[in-house]
Amino acid sequence: MNNKNVLKWMLCAVGFAFAQQAAAYDAVTNERLLKPEPQNWLMYRGTYNGFGYSPLDKINTRNVKRLVPVWSYSTGQVEGHQAPPIVNNGIMFISTPQNQVLALNAKTGDQIWQYKREFADDVQHPHPTNRGVALYGDRVYLATMDAHVVALDASTGKVVWDTKVDEYKNSYYFTLAPLIAKGKVMVGSSGGEFGIRGYVAALDAETGKEVWRTHMIPGPGEPGNETWPGDTWKTGGVSVWITANYDPELNLAYWGTGNAGPWPADAHTGDNKHATSVVAIDPDTGKIKGSHQYHWNDNWDWDEVSAPVLIDVKRNGRNFKGLVHAGRDGYLWLLERKADSIDFVEGKPFVKHDVIIGLEPTTGRPIYNMDKMLKIGKEVTICPSHWGGKDWPPEAYNPKTRLLYVPLQQNLCTTMAGEAKIAPYAAGKRYVGTDASKTRVFPREGADHIGEVQAWDMDTGKLVWTYNFPDMLPNWGPLLTTGGGLVFGGGSADRKFRALDAKTGKLLWEFKTNSGITGVPSSYMVDGVQYIAVQSGWGVDAQKMTGRLNDSLKTKVVVPQGGVVWVFAVK
Amino acid sequence: MSSDRRSVLQAALGTGLGMLLPVRARAQSADPRDARPQEGDRLVYADGDQKGKPVKPDALPVGGPPVTAMPQDAASGTVRDGSRLNQILLVRLDPTRLQGDTTTRAAQGVVAYSAVCTHTGCDGFAWTPEKQAYKCPCHDSEFDPADGARVIGGPAPRRLAALPLKIVDGQLIVAGVFTGRVGATSN
Repeated sequence: MNNKNVLKWMLCAVGFAFAQQAAAYDAVTNERLLKPEPQNWLMYRGTYNGFGYSPLDKINTRNVKRLVPVWSYSTGQVEGHQAPPIVNNGIMFISTPQNQVLALNAKTGDQIWQYKREFADDVQHPHPTNRGVALYGDRVYLATMDAHVVALDASTGKVVWDTKVDEYKNSYYFTLAPLIAKGKVMVGSSGGEFGIRGYVAALDAETGKEVWRTHMIPGPGEPGNETWPGDTWKTGGVSVWITANYDPELNLAYWGTGNAGPWPADAHTGDNKHATSVVAIDPDTGKIKGSHQYHWNDNWDWDEVSAPVLIDVKRNGRNFKGLVHAGRDGYLWLLERKADSIDFVEGKPFVKHDVIIGLEPTTGRPIYNMDKMLKIGKEVTICPSHWGGKDWPPEAYNPKTRLLYVPLQQNLCTTMAGEAKIAPYAAGKRYVGTDASKTRVFPREGADHIGEVQAWDMDTGKLVWTYNFPDMLPNWGPLLTTGGGLVFGGGSADRKFRALDAKTGKLLWEFKTNSGITGVPSSYMVDGVQYIAVQSGWGVDAQKMTGRLNDSLKTKVVVPQGGVVWVFAVK
Repeated sequence: MSSDRRSVLQAALGTGLGMLLPVRARAQSADPRDARPQEGDRLVYADGDQKGKPVKPDALPVGGPPVTAMPQDAASGTVRDGSRLNQILLVRLDPTRLQGDTTTRAAQGVVAYSAVCTHTGCDGFAWTPEKQAYKCPCHDSEFDPADGARVIGGPAPRRLAALPLKIVDGQLIVAGVFTGRVGATSN
C-alpha cells in the first residue's frame, strides 16, 4: 500500500470506529454530574462534594477477604500515577505521567484508545504526574504539563480542541484533574516553586475558549493586595494544583491554594491574602465570593491545595453546611460555607505540632512559635515536616458512618535553611529561597510509626479510631470509602493496597502490587459486578520522602517504578 | 465484527491517530540563540552581577560553589540564551580528583555539564560541598562532576551531558559539543 492509500485507510478506520464507539458512549450531562449513578465514577472524587465515596455495597466487610485482581494493565510509564480510574457506564479513563490518557473496557481491561502527548524537549516535569481527566458531554478533558487543556473525543481519543492556557517556559504547568460545572472546564496552575502568580481559569467546554481567569494573589486595588509587600504579588506563588469541590446550591467551587513563595517568611512579610486558603469561586463569573486563610505568612511549604470536603455537619443541635479540611499545617479545620462568606468554626491538631501553638478563638488565626519561622539566612527545625500533616492525598467521607477518613504523616520533622541571599525572580527559574542541600527529613525522637489513617466524627469533633502503618512507613495514599463499610488506600513503600473496616479501622484485607500506590482509588459496577480500581506507580513526593528517610534512618528502602492499573472484585 | 477484528482495528486506529496528530516542532530553529554550544564558543555568566561577562577559571574557587554559564558565539557576540537547555554548570575541582574522560574534558580543573537534570528536566541544582556533588532540587538526584557527572543518588536514569573545555587567552572556551543528549529523558 502506498502512503496515500495508507492514509485513506486510516481515515476510514477512524470514521468507522468513531461510528461504532459513538453510538455506545453515554454523554455526561450536567444532571448526571450533579447526581452520578452509583455504578459510575464520573469525576476526581466521584461526586461534587468531594466525599470519595461509592454507595456500592456488594464488596463489604463480610466478603472483602475474597477480593482478588480480575485484570491489570501496564501504562508504560514511570513516576507518580495519581489519577483515579474514572468510569462512565463500562468505559474507564485513566491518565498517567507524560499526559497519556487510556480508555479501557472497564470489565475486561482491553484498550479502546490511547492519547499520548508529545512534549517539546525543553519542557520540565517538576511534578511528573497527572491527577485525572474530567468528563463532559461526549468528551474527555485533560490539563497538561505544558499548560494546555485538551478536549478528546470520548469514543475515539481524537483531539477536538487544544487550548494553550499559559506559557510553560515560564514554569506554569498543570497536574490537576479539571473541574467541570455548568459547561465550564476549570483548571488551576502549578508552579509555586517558580514565582508564578497562581490562578484558576475557566474554558468553555464546547469551544475551548477562555471565559475567565481569577488570580489568587490580589492585584493593586484589590482587597488584600496590601498583605503582599512591594511587587511580591506578581511572583508570590499561591499555585492551585488540586481539583476543587463544588456546591451546586450555592453555585460555588471551593479551591484550596498553595503556599507563598519564595518560602522564607521575610521574603513576603505579611498575611499574604489567599495563600494557604480556601477560596470560593462562582463558576459562571470567576468572582471570589468568600475565602478563609488556614494559616498566614506561610514559610514551611505547607500548601493547602487539597480542597475541603463539603459535609453537612450536626454540631450542638445545629445543622450547617460545613467545609472540612485536614491541612498540611497539621490542623483539622471545620468551617461553615455560606453564599457570601466562609466562617471559622473549629480547628484541632491531628499531628504532634511545635509550630502552631494555638488558635485565636473567634477567627481561628494560628498563633506561631516565632522561633520556628524560616527566614532568609536562617535554619529551622519544624514538626510536622515541610510535607505537613496531610499533603495532597484526599480525605474521604462516608455518609453511612458519618466519619471522615484522613491519610497522614505523624511524627515527621524537617530541618531546612533559608538561602543567605535569594536571587531575583527570573521567568521559568526556581524561586524557592532555600538551600536544597541542607534539607533533612527525619522522625521525631522516640517515634514508633509515621503513616496513619485517622477517622474523625465531625458532629462531635472527636477522633474515633487510628490505624498505624507498620515499619516506619509514611502514608501517601488517597482514600476511597464505600457503602460496603470499607476504607481503601495504599500509600506505603511496601507496595500494599489495604481495606480497613470503616467503623473500627481494623485491617480486613491487603494486597501487594507492582509498585507503591499514590493513586486515587475508585469503585464502579458493570453487569452487576462491583469493582475497586486503583493505579499503582510510585513517584514524585512519595519517592522523594523515601529517599530522605533512607538518608536519615540509614535504610535502603527501594520502591520499584512503573504504572499498572489494578482492578479487583470478589470471587 | 468479531472482537478479534475489532481489536486489530482499534490497534490500527491508535497507531493511525498518533500519525495524524499534528507533531509539535521539535527541531531547533535556525536562530543562533537556540543552537546548542558550539566549539569555539565563549562561556559567559548566565545571571547575577556579572551576567554576560566571560567566565575566567581563576575566578572560580576550587571545590565550588559552581556557577551557571551560557555559551556565546565568539564572532557575533550572540549569547545562546534562547533555550533553557543551553544552561551550563561550571565548577572548579582539585585536578587530582578528576577521573577518566573528565580529565581530558577539563581545563585547569574546571568541568562543564548540562545544567538540566536528566530525570524530569529541572534545573537550579544545589551544591553539596561535603560530597562535592550536584543535587537536583526537584527529586534529589545527585551527580559527581569529578567522574563524568555519573549518578550517585536519586532517580536520574543517566549522567549529565558533559561539555569539553579549553582555555584561550585566559577565558573558558567550548572545545566540542555536548557528549550526549541534554534535558529530560522522557521528553
